[in-house]
Amino acid sequence: MDVERIFREEYGRAVAVLVRAFRDIGMAEEAVQDAFATALERWPVTGVPPSPAGWIITTARNRAIDRVRREASRADRHAQAALVHLTETPEDENAVEDDRLRLIFTCCHPALATPAQVALTLRLLGGLTTTEIARAFLVPEPTMAQRLVRAKAKIRDAAIPYRVPAEEDLPSRIGAVLAIVYLIFNEGYTASSGDRLSREDLCAEAIRLGRLLVALLPKEPEVAGLLALMLLVQSRRDARTGAAGELVPLPEQDRARWSRTMIAEGQRLVRACLRANRPGPYQIQAAINAVHADAASAADTDWPQILQLYDHLSALTPTPIVALNRAVAVAEVDGPEAALAIIERLDLDSYHLLHAIRADFLGRLGRRREARAAYDAALARTANAAERAFLSGKRAALAP
Amino acid sequence: MNQYLLSICYPAGAVPPAPEALQAIMKEVNAVNQEMKSAGAWVFAGGLHGPDTATVVRVASGEVLTTDGPFIESKEQIGGICIVKAADLDEALKWAAKLARAVTVPVEVRPLQSH
Repeated sequence: MDVERIFREEYGRAVAVLVRAFRDIGMAEEAVQDAFATALERWPVTGVPPSPAGWIITTARNRAIDRVRREASRADRHAQAALVHLTETPEDENAVEDDRLRLIFTCCHPALATPAQVALTLRLLGGLTTTEIARAFLVPEPTMAQRLVRAKAKIRDAAIPYRVPAEEDLPSRIGAVLAIVYLIFNEGYTASSGDRLSREDLCAEAIRLGRLLVALLPKEPEVAGLLALMLLVQSRRDARTGAAGELVPLPEQDRARWSRTMIAEGQRLVRACLRANRPGPYQIQAAINAVHADAASAADTDWPQILQLYDHLSALTPTPIVALNRAVAVAEVDGPEAALAIIERLDLDSYHLLHAIRADFLGRLGRRREARAAYDAALARTANAAERAFLSGKRAALAP
Repeated sequence: MNQYLLSICYPAGAVPPAPEALQAIMKEVNAVNQEMKSAGAWVFAGGLHGPDTATVVRVASGEVLTTDGPFIESKEQIGGICIVKAADLDEALKWAAKLARAVTVPVEVRPLQSH
């Protein structure tokens, strides 16, 4: 009996179905939580029903109808409308997937601020509790609760729609959804502050959301590209930290500790993207990571191919961050001098990795004093304990 | 059907557009209004005189007190308003985009409470 696991897996699905019926997220959530509470009482006695999800949805629906009937006497306009809708809508298993897709677009609606989009997505689709989301984003629980309440109130009061956007709006709206999932992944990958390098639950959650999106939007190669990217990055999780919890950079990682299962899945997705032949930024970043995954050792890395992919990426998204990452490949293909010239032009002074990469190039060029100063600049710009330890170690190795 | 207030926002003290430019803007705005009317979305629209022309009325211990306005001091001002009927926020945002393109300044979209 594992109600908690079923809760995590089915919460979003159940809420999505109920939102369609009720047009109100708060009411839908309450009904689903009620149904799970009932399950916790009953299932230990009666056993888990053959279709737990179906049981939860039906129970939640019935709870909701009871509640709406009670409230309908108060002549609540929403309640009346919902009752008509609820009693008239037949159960349709196929509609459920569409419901989740609608809910994703509601959660990531551009009229909501990014932190609200993230919180709603994790709460409504991921089934994470407010406490869990607050802890993951290092904000006090009342702040996170308030954020969710406000966002849900805005969805209701401003009538943010609950539907898949029209064809002409779809690319930009999908882009917004992917950005939120990738933000969740990155937040888990490197905590912006604190002692732990990785908050695994957020990475796992982002990958779970990525899989859901691929299932719901199978014809969008960027969606598959994002999942592939996250899988390939995550495949190196165990190798990223050493015995003492210290950060191990890519060239020094023990490649035997990379997850072959995740790599295989990521590479399969990258190949499918190549066949679709509609490249985009996530697909190209996934392809870059696939090239790394292909190399048996750091020395075997096909840097010219990586550089080519970065050229493609900077043509699509000419941002300073892409230019910085491209410079790392330039250093391998054309040497650190050429790479240094590129990053000296970038306007990224507040970004610690610019200084860390610059320090590495300077060190390789034998300019040790300047390299030490660049490590100091990097150290001054990050609060992450594992990254700080790594940078201090590098700096110490350049002692005069 | 929901109703939304579209407020045309501009920075306080902004230099008003030259007459020819203003004429061009008004032409665009009228076209948007016309489009809203044909779509059955138009409820009301109007431009406002400057905040210097505002007067504030308040009642304190039964006495009516009238003072020179404006009441709301802010770095942004509202130059005009428009109320539209829309099925949901996306529909209202589409009208707001058309209006913002016409007036060349930002437009704030805010839902009206339903009765």
